[in-house]
Amino acid sequence: MKTFAELNFPGRLIAVEGLDGSGKSTQIYLLKRWLEAEGIKVYFSEWNSSELVKAATSKGKKRELLTPTTFSLIHATDFADRYERHLLPLLRAGYIVLCDRYVFTAFARDVVRGCPPEWVRGNYNFAALPDITLFFKTDLEVSLNRILEGRPKLKFFEAGMDLRLSTDPYESFRIFQGRILEQYVAMSDEFKFVVMDANQNVEKQQCIVRKLVSEKIELRKFRRRSPLPLPPAIQPNEVRTPEHDEDLAAA
Amino acid sequence: MNTSEQKNGLRCFYGHGIPRVKLEDLAGKLIVVEGADGSGRSTQIARLVDWLETGGHPTVQVGLKRSTLVSKELESAQKGNILSRTTLSLFYATDFADQLENIILPALKAGFIVLADRYIYTLMARDMVRGMDDGWLKNLYGIAVKPDAVFYLSVQPQELVQRNLSKNATLDFWESGMDLGFSRDMFDSFVKYQTTMQGAFRKLQKTYGFTIIDGNRPVGSITKDLRKKIRMILAEK
Repeated sequence: MKTFAELNFPGRLIAVEGLDGSGKSTQIYLLKRWLEAEGIKVYFSEWNSSELVKAATSKGKKRELLTPTTFSLIHATDFADRYERHLLPLLRAGYIVLCDRYVFTAFARDVVRGCPPEWVRGNYNFAALPDITLFFKTDLEVSLNRILEGRPKLKFFEAGMDLRLSTDPYESFRIFQGRILEQYVAMSDEFKFVVMDANQNVEKQQCIVRKLVSEKIELRKFRRRSPLPLPPAIQPNEVRTPEHDEDLAAA
Repeated sequence: MNTSEQKNGLRCFYGHGIPRVKLEDLAGKLIVVEGADGSGRSTQIARLVDWLETGGHPTVQVGLKRSTLVSKELESAQKGNILSRTTLSLFYATDFADQLENIILPALKAGFIVLADRYIYTLMARDMVRGMDDGWLKNLYGIAVKPDAVFYLSVQPQELVQRNLSKNATLDFWESGMDLGFSRDMFDSFVKYQTTMQGAFRKLQKTYGFTIIDGNRPVGSITKDLRKKIRMILAEK
């Protein structure tokens, strides 16, 4: 597997990985805000968010129809849809694509659920590797507390209840998350994760993230071109809006 | 198609298989009928079910896009023609896996005869024609349990066109491979697509060794042929 840079894509992909409650979504959101403010072409994509597949996934989850195999495949379908329809064209167009979870989430979760690792990895091998993968590593207790404090009701699959680890959802969640963390740690070297200490405060982490991104990616190459001049007006008596004038001035 | 393993009554998966399944418990028989739309698959399966049930064998039928999990969603996604090839492929694989785990494997365990109106081969052939990697497909469908028999009803594309038109007065978008851009003309596209699909099946036949049945013959003589072959499978063990 190669990264997008190694495959000569003009765009770059940055992924964040980590347990629920590791703070990765906050960090990637703040990164997005910064890149946008810098005038960089940026796109954000979240795990399990394809419109096309959503109905099937939520039905499967609600009615507890999913087995480890179908759980894995339906998430792969979701990923493929986002990958082929959004990520690839945007990366061809020179965007910086930010992914909240990437294939490593599947590698960790599906394997914990009992799917053969080679099978899961093989199914995702159409995807190139991120140019940067940030792994937000927390002590298990820290991320457990963050989740369990704020959201007392755990969903069936989220808690790993399908694995029958425990009849108590909280206990099940703890064991499940612990096993996922082991998988992430085991993958860290192989996939060159940048390991972030997610126990420190949010601002400090964001500083590190921004510094790292600007060191690894030559950001000025990803700026939008200055706005294109507007096409000549078709109607001679067209009403000019203030925005229109501003756009013209900017051009 | 029988490997020495299966002649000894031993089941196997094509690849990594499904976790925690005891293959030796799968006592039933899995019989697959493959072929294009209009090849006579459904007719033959209906006749086989009649014959088997009259003979006292319990049967279960499965087919493509029949899963509880994704059949409806897959159907509606296909209507919009916005599915890219990997997504389409994985969507069908999900549909297959759902039926495999919830119908095929439990039925085999209960000693049923499972009749599959198409199996992984059609799915693989479709994807191969669309440029998916053979190795990727082999890994993906390594979850499938190896059937006791696979019959491929081979019918000339020109004959398939006639049968489809006389039945529906139109050709199906996907069965005509319209997404591949062979031709804007649906008739031409159908013939080209089905010819390409037959090429893919020939390639798969070398790996998976299914029995090719000449589907250009009258319905009755095909049924007779199939019964004879299935009788032999039922006599094993």
